[in-house]
Amino acid sequence: MPVSDDFQKAQRFREAALPYLDDVYTLARYLLRDASDAEDAVQECYLRALKHFDSYRGPAMKPWLFAILRNVCNAEYARRAHSHAAIEDTPGAADQTPMWQESEASPETEVLRSRDAGAIRKMIDALAEPFKETFVLREISNLSYREIAEAVGAPVGTVMSRLARARAMLRAAWTAEEEHSK
Amino acid sequence: MTCDEAQILLHALLDNELDAGHAREVEAHIASCPACTAELAAQREMKRVLADTKLRYTAPAGLRARIEASMPQARPQPSRRSVLRGFAMGSAVSALAASGVVAVVLRQDDQQRILSEVVSAHLRSLQAGHLIDVVSTDQHTVKPWFNGKLDVAPPVIDLTAQGFTLVGGRLDYVDARAIGAVVYRRRQHIINLFVSQTASTEHRPPKTQTMQGFNCRRWGERGLNFWAVSDIGGDELTEFVDKFEAAMKANVEG
Repeated sequence: MPVSDDFQKAQRFREAALPYLDDVYTLARYLLRDASDAEDAVQECYLRALKHFDSYRGPAMKPWLFAILRNVCNAEYARRAHSHAAIEDTPGAADQTPMWQESEASPETEVLRSRDAGAIRKMIDALAEPFKETFVLREISNLSYREIAEAVGAPVGTVMSRLARARAMLRAAWTAEEEHSK
Repeated sequence: MTCDEAQILLHALLDNELDAGHAREVEAHIASCPACTAELAAQREMKRVLADTKLRYTAPAGLRARIEASMPQARPQPSRRSVLRGFAMGSAVSALAASGVVAVVLRQDDQQRILSEVVSAHLRSLQAGHLIDVVSTDQHTVKPWFNGKLDVAPPVIDLTAQGFTLVGGRLDYVDARAIGAVVYRRRQHIINLFVSQTASTEHRPPKTQTMQGFNCRRWGERGLNFWAVSDIGGDELTEFVDKFEAAMKANVEG
């Protein structure tokens, strides 16, 4: 009976995928920077995931859902069209600013002051893609480098350099803001 | 190793992503390089602060509900809710049992769902004041009491002589329908015998299933479905059902 098959599939999907709803929503919030766009994207992500659940053989559920969410978000970027680059590498983006420019400037034993979550979220939001995505997947979604590589379809080496770059940018923004608020 | 390489690899070091050999190489470089030492310390500090900050978002409840609603459903589930409502009103006994029942109720297989509702109804009946609507050990009092309350006349058979005391009857709800429950006692144990109408008139032999430590023996006879539920042993429940069936047969024939 197709009805009960469908239902059983949905039931298996529910058990496998719904526990990651907060993870998927978190990533969507950072990628799209908008609560209601994020909700739409997550819903679309789960719809697509259920549709393709038959062919799902791994990797782990979380990176698989993230890969689907990325596609949904890329479509959303395209829709927004203006100025917003997709997650894909923008050519030359990495060359526009020297990678470690801020390290000579920063004092050697600098201690970052804790900030409230809102301020830090804003700084993360301001990171450029694809660095932000890699950073969020590692630091907030807790994926391993290999899982990030799977989710974004890039080699592990690229993940490493993006992550280094993202953290350098975040720290630069962080110290700049502290200088500013002194 | 150059500083440029180390500046990337120190992140992998922080994230525990390096194998022992590479980790040693990076550490060796950092130990000999003040700039990289400072960078590692700063990054470690930032990672610590980030870990202490709530950066995750929680999906709104409405989103979860919309996703749930977009998936194929087994069937409308008012009955499931009514079971849960029963527990919401219940005493400590049912509260204790509820956690288990909820998990079981969510298994959507139809037979299984009805079985779990029957067991829930049994549990509910054990709460103070819920067991019996009509108290009587006399089958001629219990049987007429059901008249007009159900679309079915549950057979009420006194089995006191066979070791199962008739104590009364009750209306209950299973699968969103009113259902008759005839209550028996065996020593200190309660047996609920649930009776509902079915379209099928064929005989379905008794089968025992266990749920949450309760035995449930179900069978079908003469257009009626029966579920006998109790915490007595499986063999005693079988004995009860055998005696009930024998007496029912004798009643019809006699």
